[in-house]
Order: sequence, then structure tokens, then C-alpha cells
Amino acid sequence: MSASIKSAPLVATLDSCEVLIVGAGPAGLSAAKAAASGGARVIVLDDNPAEGGQIWRRGAHADLPASAIALQQAVRACDAIRIVNSAKVVGILDAQTLLVETPEGALKVRWQKLIVCTGARERLLPFPGWTLPGVSGAGGLQALIKGGMPVQGQRVVVAGSGPLLFAVAATARKAGAKVLMVAEQASLARLTAFARKLPLWPSKLLQAVQLRDASYRTSSVVWSVQGQGRVQQVTLKQGNRMTTLECDRVAVGYGLVPNTGLAEALGCTLHLQDGVSAVTVNTQQQTTVPHIYAAGECTGVGGCERAQAQGSIAGYCAIGELGKARKQEKDRAYWSAFAVHANSAFVLDEELKSLPDAATLVCRCEDVSHGALLGHTNWTEAKIHTRCGMGACQGKVCGTAAQFLYGWQMPEARLPFTPARVGTLACAGGAPPDTNRVEP
Amino acid sequence: MLTGAMPSPDVIVVGAGIIGAACAHALARAGQQVLVIDSGVGGATHAGMGHLVVMDDNPAEMALSQYSVEAWRRMAADMPTDCAFHACGTLWIAANAEEMAGAEEKQVRLAQQGVECALLNAAQLTQAEPGLRSGLAGGLLVPGDGTVYAPNATRWLLGRLPDKVTVQRGMVARIDGDSVVLADGSTRSAPKLLLATGMQATELVPGLPLRAKKGHLVITDRYPGAITHQLVELGYISSAHHSEGPSVAFNVQPRPTGQLLIGSSRQFDTLDRSVEPEMLAQMLQRAMGYLPGVAHLNAIRSWTGFRPATPDSLPILDRHPTNPHLWLAVGHEGLGVTTATGTADLMAALMTGHTPPLDPGHFALARFDAVVGGAL
Amino acid sequence: MTKTPLVLRVNGRDITVTPGTTVAAALALSGLTATRTSVNGEPRSAVCGMGICQECRVHVDGRVRLGCQTLCAPGMVVESMP
Repeated sequence: MSASIKSAPLVATLDSCEVLIVGAGPAGLSAAKAAASGGARVIVLDDNPAEGGQIWRRGAHADLPASAIALQQAVRACDAIRIVNSAKVVGILDAQTLLVETPEGALKVRWQKLIVCTGARERLLPFPGWTLPGVSGAGGLQALIKGGMPVQGQRVVVAGSGPLLFAVAATARKAGAKVLMVAEQASLARLTAFARKLPLWPSKLLQAVQLRDASYRTSSVVWSVQGQGRVQQVTLKQGNRMTTLECDRVAVGYGLVPNTGLAEALGCTLHLQDGVSAVTVNTQQQTTVPHIYAAGECTGVGGCERAQAQGSIAGYCAIGELGKARKQEKDRAYWSAFAVHANSAFVLDEELKSLPDAATLVCRCEDVSHGALLGHTNWTEAKIHTRCGMGACQGKVCGTAAQFLYGWQMPEARLPFTPARVGTLACAGGAPPDTNRVEP
Repeated sequence: MLTGAMPSPDVIVVGAGIIGAACAHALARAGQQVLVIDSGVGGATHAGMGHLVVMDDNPAEMALSQYSVEAWRRMAADMPTDCAFHACGTLWIAANAEEMAGAEEKQVRLAQQGVECALLNAAQLTQAEPGLRSGLAGGLLVPGDGTVYAPNATRWLLGRLPDKVTVQRGMVARIDGDSVVLADGSTRSAPKLLLATGMQATELVPGLPLRAKKGHLVITDRYPGAITHQLVELGYISSAHHSEGPSVAFNVQPRPTGQLLIGSSRQFDTLDRSVEPEMLAQMLQRAMGYLPGVAHLNAIRSWTGFRPATPDSLPILDRHPTNPHLWLAVGHEGLGVTTATGTADLMAALMTGHTPPLDPGHFALARFDAVVGGAL
Repeated sequence: MTKTPLVLRVNGRDITVTPGTTVAAALALSGLTATRTSVNGEPRSAVCGMGICQECRVHVDGRVRLGCQTLCAPGMVVESMP
């Protein structure tokens, strides 16, 4: 081990607040603005270098709506709000203290009210060739492009499921990529039913018209990807037809999955929604644990507008401003209805369970194949014997896939909730660390 | 490996952890038809470090662990890759002159028993493990020690002689003479029964002097070459066996994957499985005190386990005092994986009326003042 | 956010990027399709873009960081994993 690595300090810094918000996406930023409106001290933790979460991700090639920019600026300008970027929640130290890691060191944050806005991640399903460089998530590609990933002149196939695919294709085109196809696994019938009710949400209809795509195909699934060391070809199954295209990138994501790990570890009850766990909340966005609220995609995939409404309600309720919270309920209901409608359209077809063949890797971190997993009956047993889920992603990618493919339930997360330096975990105790020899 | 039509068993082994699996294998090799019944709950085998270490706290432990580590080494060539047998050796670390004197005494004891070992001075220690902090006094290298991935070694042992060993899922609720009664009310019978359920043994044989000793572990991401040997502080011995309160000791293992498995901690009389941040912090601080660079490595997982400990830290390898059908192989504390092979050969010999390879007297239940019930 | 390009070192070569560019993007800009090798020796690169899949792990100034969640900084030293 190199002794020349720049050291992070070995003592955690301490901070405290009245309202702690985890996640600075639409929900978290809305919650922060509401919670700080009465002058309460607010801390916002976010694991990205800048606020915005996924949908409002900033970067060299980002293009945010004016309202998003305004909200972020308002939050930044507010003295009562401290934003900690590149901050990962690593563990729960006690009922009111979280252990956090930043590139600079460890942080212990004491809170009185906590609002969990941990968002959602993309569902990445395995298929032959999915581990080749050039295959990414759909939202994954959008995030990478916003971070400056060059796609100029590259031939891209966007695939998977969900309204997100339109936005991904648009982002890719804007960055100079040639989008060959947008392949949606849902059927035309489902998409038509979805589109038919869009006039109920005019802004969504407008978005759909603006993002409409001549290369959009329904009942279309990426069957496999081929190439030597990188993506060179993609084979798509469309109805009963197989088509192979030469391409440079395949961006495929099968919808979103709520990030419930932190809420679950805090003791919050979860419920099953659309086949995955989501944090259970009441009309005041309270979880089942006193003083803990949740808002946004972690309570169920529902889109950015609903997240903002939920975030505002959570923030106001956390500071006891129930009247102001109530004013947001109409918005929340409006967008919740859209969420229900959208989620029903993009239900995943059972056929996707037969995408991987025996050699297809399911666990990317430890190179564990679908064939190796088939003999096992549950996640823990499979993990113990095959190493699936023992790698750096801690089962977040393969576990989500295993839940879909095999119906396996994932166990509760333990600290560290994300890979964290040993030095950070060493700060988890009460006493300051002693790197000198402790006498026997 | 799963249930099918089988001839009536000669032995029923309750518990398919490393002890049960090794015993089933040894009994099968001795010609016995073995039925292994496992509840699926899992215990120390799934949670432990899987170290194979010659321990010389007392002559009985020395004899059992030396025999066992040699047996593991002989089996190594046959084990599949996923058992991850790793002949990394152990490096006992002396932080000061007093511990170095302890290392010298240890060297004498091990050498007397024919265990290959070598004393290292401070300079040699640094050369052997450049990641260790400066200022340590030296160490004792035991190159014959190693590590194994116990869950897969268990599976391998259970499956080696498929004509002789059958494994069934089932929760044994009660032992009754020559029968085990399962939770679903069904019974299985055999002339001999072997209880190898670790900590859960007290449910079936109340009064067994077993106490749970909780331990924490942390594993890092892959950093190949960070350390070469498993590293243990010489203070390990005193803190492991004599303290009553929570304690930590330096114990880090290089996994074949390049991950570092970091231990160790001890707490008595709690069955709370949750990871305790305070204990973790103390354990990791201790590790950083010996390996400063470990602070910068990413930890990806933490977990806990329970070592079943007897009052003198030696296992109980004996027949039940009042039920002649029932044998016991429990209470291996932190040496379950190490001593599984010796335990197996000893139990197989005792249960089939052959000369045991080790003196069983040290492991007799009667050495405790325990009154054990159940199992009539 | 300033628009002045910045220079960082990627696998021994100087790369110029716009502020706001992630390390993951910088690796691609330096010409790499693969930034990591899997445990069985296969080439890999970033997938999820949001700090979950861990495929974009690289050494940044001597420490392992996620390329997709790390912004390039002047003088930063980036080495892809072996």
C-alpha cells in the first residue's frame, strides 16, 4: 500500500441541523427550499459533484429547464441551507446521526428531522453482450453525455422501456450522435393507450410531441450485442423479426427502481409497487419512523413534477407548516395520476426474463453467470456460493436483475451503504481514533 | 446431493456447517451411510474468516490444530478453485520487546511439535510485509498456515461421496434416543446421531456450556498485493480468551481475490446480529494502527457472526452422557474451520470404534460441571 | 462556472477538457473504450452513469474514485485500473 497517498483526516467532522435532506434532485431541492423557508437550519447531502439528481444533472452538456435552474439558485442562495456535494451516506450511527463520506474525509451529521430523497436507479437487465464497452443504461448514457462523454458521430441505439427513452434519444442527438432506433419493449397497444390520455397532462403531451421520434419502435427488444472489445453490432427482436444493426453504442434501461436502501436501514416500512420496493409514506410524506420523511422517486417512480410536489410537502411538514404543505396537494395528486398512468403502460414483458443465456453474466463485479445462479433458490445462498453480489456494487445492479429474473428478495443493506474508505468507518465510534499502538 | 431414495442411514449428522460436513465426509470414508439434516439457518461457517492456523495456547489446542492444518493442506490439491484454499501463511506480529519475547517462546513451542516457523526481526518483518507501520519489533512466520472459503469447502465435502452422504433440508426440533424429530413432525432414525449445529446445539441439548462470542468483519474491494500473509497481533491470544468485555484485536487476511478481510472483535452474550458502528470503528482503528495504508482502501461489506465458545475454548467432542446414540461435536469458537478436519477424523474414529488420531480426553464433556439435558 | 478549459493527466497523457467534464468522460476523450478489466479479464467501461454500477472505478490522485461522479480538476492525475 502506498504511503504517499494524500491522506484524509482520521477524525470525522461534526455537523448538526434541524432538517437533514438526503438527495439534491427535484424532491430534495424542493424539500430544502420549503424546510428553510422559516429559517430552520437545513443540510442537504448529495452524492454527485453538483445538485440536480439525475433528471436535472448539470454538466458540460446539460440543458436544464428554467424552473430547475431557479430552484437550484434559490437553494444555493439561502443562508439557512448547507449543501454538501460528493457526499455519500455510509452508515447510521444512532437514531439521529448519519455517517457520511466526502472526498475530503468523514462527516457525522446529527438531525432532528430527516427527509429521504434518494431517488431511483435504472433497471439494467442482462443480455448476451451487455458487458461490452459501449453498452450503458439509457439514463446512464444521458448522464454520461451530460458529464461530457463524447458521442459525436457515433451510431446509437436507445432501448429498454419508459418515457425516459425519448429524452435520452434527444440528448444523444443534441450531442451529435446518430440515433438509429429507439426500441421500446412495450407494445403499440400499450403506447397508444398511454398517448391517448396524455392530453390530461398537456405539458407531458407537449414534451411527447417535442421529443417524438421517427425511429421509435414498439415491441422491440435488444436481444444481443456483439463486438471485439467494444460494441460493434446490436441484434434486436421486433415482434417475430430479428434485425441486426452496425452501431457504436447501445443505451438500454428497463425503467426505474426506487433507491430504498437508506430508508429501509432506518427502519422505514417499504411496500411493493410495480414489482419493486418503495418507501411507504402518508399524505404528509411521513414514513413509518417518527421524524423521518421521504419524497420523490424513492417513494415510487412518479416523475420529476410529482417529486417536486412531494418534496415541498415533506419540507413544509417537517417544519410544522401544514397549511403551506396542503397547498401542494393538488399538484401532487395531478402528477401522481400521471405516474400511475405511465407506469401501467410500461410494464415489463415476461419475455425479458429469457434474454440472458447460461453464459450471460448477471453479476458484473464478480463475473457470475446466469447459468451459475440458476441452481440456487435465494439471493443469500447464491451470494455465499457463487460470489454474486460480493463485489463493489454491493448487489445493486445484479440484485435488481435477480429480483426480476428469479424473484429473489434482497436483504436489508448494512453499512457501508456504498463503498467507503476504511478510515471513514474507523470514525464511526465515539472516541477519536488512536493510530498509536494500544497497550495490550 | 438432495434427498432421494437412500438406504437407511448408519449415522444422522445434524448441521451441515463445516463441522457437520467434515464429519459426514470422514464417516462416509469410514464406510458409514450418512444422512445430513440442515435447517438452512446458517451459522459461523458462513460468517467466519476461514483461517487455517496452528494455535498453541495449550497442548490440546496445539495437537488438534496442527493435525487439522496438515490435513487441510493434504486436501488442498483436490479442492476446486471456488474453495479458495490459499497457502498464505500466518505472520504473528510483535509490537514491542515483550511481545517479541512471546514470539520467541511461541517459536520454541511450535518447533518442538515440528511446525515450520521462523522468527523475523524488525527489518525482516518490513521486508515480508512492507505495509506494516514502522517501529514494530518483529514477528513469527508460520508458512504452513493458510485460509479457505468455508461455505464452498463445506459444499465440496458434502458432495464428495454422493453414494454415501445424503443431505436433507429440515429443522430438527428434538432428539429422542436414536431419532431426530423434525419441526414438521416427521422422524429420522439411525443407530448413531451426531450433533454439529454450533451455537444452536443448546436448543437440542440444554445445558451445553456454550456462549455466543460475537465477532465483526469488514472486507475491502480488490487490492492485489496489499498484503501477502495473514497478519495477527500477538496480543490476540490474551485478548481473545481472557477478557469478558468487548475487545478488538488486529487480524487481517489477504483473500485470493486481492480483498483484505479485516477482523477481529469479541463480545459476549449478545445475539444481536446487527453491525455495531462503535465496535467496527475500534476494530478498524486497531487495524490502521498496524497497517496505516488500510485507511485509504474502500470497504465494501461488513457483517457479524457468532462463535460458539466453551469455558476453556476447546470444543466438546464426546458422546452424550445419557443417550448412547448421540455424539456431540460443538463449541469450536474461532477455530471451527481450522479444526474441522481433526474433529472429523476424531469423531469418525470414536463413532466407529477405531483408535482416534488424537487424545479425546481433552475434549470430553465431563471436564465441565455441566448437567446436560434433552436427548433422552 | 468558468468556461476556461483545464488540463489533467490521464494515463500519462495531458488531456484538455471543459470544466464540468467528468473523469469518466475524460477517459473516453483520451481515446479509451475500456477503463477497467473485469475479474476474468474482459474490457469494461461506465454503464449506469450515476455511481451505482462501479464499472467506472479509476485511480484519481492515488485513490480509487468513481469516474462518473468525479469532476476533472486542473492537474488531476487519473490512472485507469489494471
